Amino acid sequence: MSKSMGQGWRKDPRATQRLLMDRLATGMSLTATAILVLALASILWTLLWNGLAGLSLAALLHPMGPPGSNGGLANAILGSLIQTAVALLIATPVGLGCGIYLSEFGTGSKFATAVRFVSDVLLSAPSILIGLFVYLVLVAPFGHFSGFAGSVALAILAVPIIVRTTEDMLRLVPVAMREAGSALGAAHWRVVLFLCLRSAAPGVLTGILLALARVSGETAPLLFTSLGNQNWSFSLDKPMASLPIAIYQYAGASYDDWVRLAWTGALLVTLGVLGINIIVRFGFRSKQS
Amino acid sequence: MTSAAASRTQPAPIQEARKTPFWKGDRLFRLLVGACALLVLVSLGGLVLTMAFGGSKAFGAFGPGFVFSNVWNPVTNEYGALAPVFGTIGSTLIAIAIGVPLAFGAAFWLTNIAPPMVAGVVGTAVQLLAAVPSIIFGMWGFFVVVPFMAQHVQPFFRHHFGHVPGIRWLVHGAPFGYGLLTGGLVLAVMITPFVTAVMRDVFAVMPPMLKESAYGLGATRWEVMRRVIVPWSRAGMIGGVVLGMGRALGETMAVTFVIGNANTIGWSLFAPRNTVASLVALEFPESAAGSLKLSSLLALGFILMLLSFTTLAIARWLLREKRA
Repeated sequence: MSKSMGQGWRKDPRATQRLLMDRLATGMSLTATAILVLALASILWTLLWNGLAGLSLAALLHPMGPPGSNGGLANAILGSLIQTAVALLIATPVGLGCGIYLSEFGTGSKFATAVRFVSDVLLSAPSILIGLFVYLVLVAPFGHFSGFAGSVALAILAVPIIVRTTEDMLRLVPVAMREAGSALGAAHWRVVLFLCLRSAAPGVLTGILLALARVSGETAPLLFTSLGNQNWSFSLDKPMASLPIAIYQYAGASYDDWVRLAWTGALLVTLGVLGINIIVRFGFRSKQS
Repeated sequence: MTSAAASRTQPAPIQEARKTPFWKGDRLFRLLVGACALLVLVSLGGLVLTMAFGGSKAFGAFGPGFVFSNVWNPVTNEYGALAPVFGTIGSTLIAIAIGVPLAFGAAFWLTNIAPPMVAGVVGTAVQLLAAVPSIIFGMWGFFVVVPFMAQHVQPFFRHHFGHVPGIRWLVHGAPFGYGLLTGGLVLAVMITPFVTAVMRDVFAVMPPMLKESAYGLGATRWEVMRRVIVPWSRAGMIGGVVLGMGRALGETMAVTFVIGNANTIGWSLFAPRNTVASLVALEFPESAAGSLKLSSLLALGFILMLLSFTTLAIARWLLREKRA
């Protein structure tokens, strides 16, 4: 590097100082990146090392059980799938509707500005508060915990993500396409639903998948809503097991097999979340370009 | 703007369009999607109201002293918010102090120094890791960071700084491994990928012309960063940091595992503390419906909500200004 620089660069003390400063900043930034990458590698390594050790057919097929009983996580996996599915069933129509409202009818109105702001706030609201809220609204009045309450809590977390992507994607639809639809005599709702939404479909689907990824790892909102369950639970009206709650219960336990299951659960959740993110990032990118 | 203009150019003269009854036309559509928007508004309103209402009993019983009281005693039924609020703000500040320099450095390296191929791979990895659920960070903290703190970091600090007058109190305490610093450290690792991703995006949208002009005048990379990029993207950077702060404030799972959960206040960075979120997560299942304890927890939730919503509002405002 210094070879390529002229003679004047090296002799001038001010230049030397600038060069040193630049080298220092470069070194520090490289160190920062290295620390970050190392910490994250440590997380992934611990996760893989401990998670793969406990990964077995029994862990995937047996329901949770007392320590030493060769229990698994099957009911928690199923509970997580049910609750996230129901949450998405609730969140998708609401999120799409709200996103459509904001992009189609929400220009310049104070109501839309307020909704947009509130949705942004909800996007990063502490998830434990959502759990408390749903507890007060859907658990306390009925006197028992339920998988449905858990789903609603997750849905509240998912909606803002879907709203944001839907609005952004609909705004990208060319005006010419809307005009073409309207010129053919289609009603506005037909234009929006069957032209705009359809051409924005990959982006909107990305939002839904990202919401799924975000929601499937959430623990805090489920603590007070679906509570968790040691047994098989299929009814949305009853407390329901879920993978994050099972991890939370097992990770702090003093039984080796429970801790092993917690790691396995953590690995499964992470693989699921990262898998969805990778699909979104690479699967859709190639299709769009 | 363009969409609204398009929506107003309806094909009016067609008779069938005019005859469409209310329940299947555009008005119904508008009503339906408007209802969805209203639902989003109502859910946040409901959140605020239920917290305020649920916590009103505790605020009524303890008055404003609730915020300044350090007691959390279910036996005598006395509760105060000071210790968890202290822990929440303390751990968040530590997380910011550690995480922001790391994130800034990493974003600087990724956007200006690294070869594009490497930057692409590392950048994607960082973005992916911002999506890892927080409970994973909690478990990692519990099984990796806590033992490391107990065996290496805490003895080191006690040995070398335990008798230095000014900072003796900061390193005081038995080497459990749990504590405010551990909580802040795990939070830092959790929010750094996120803040890095935001900063990287902010740096990336900067017009290349400005940077190239500075390079053309002979500025070094650091000078370009310090004098051109940072001033240009200041609002966005601060917005990203505040957004990360909002995450750290309300984080439950990553903190509950590692902070030690003791309702105390003090100078020591190594002593077990708690945060609002961790206290709520641990005590809520043991609180009877309608009890003063439950109400106190909801009041804590209300305080947390105020803290984090203020932070988020500031972040959104800062990030919005840049976009316009």
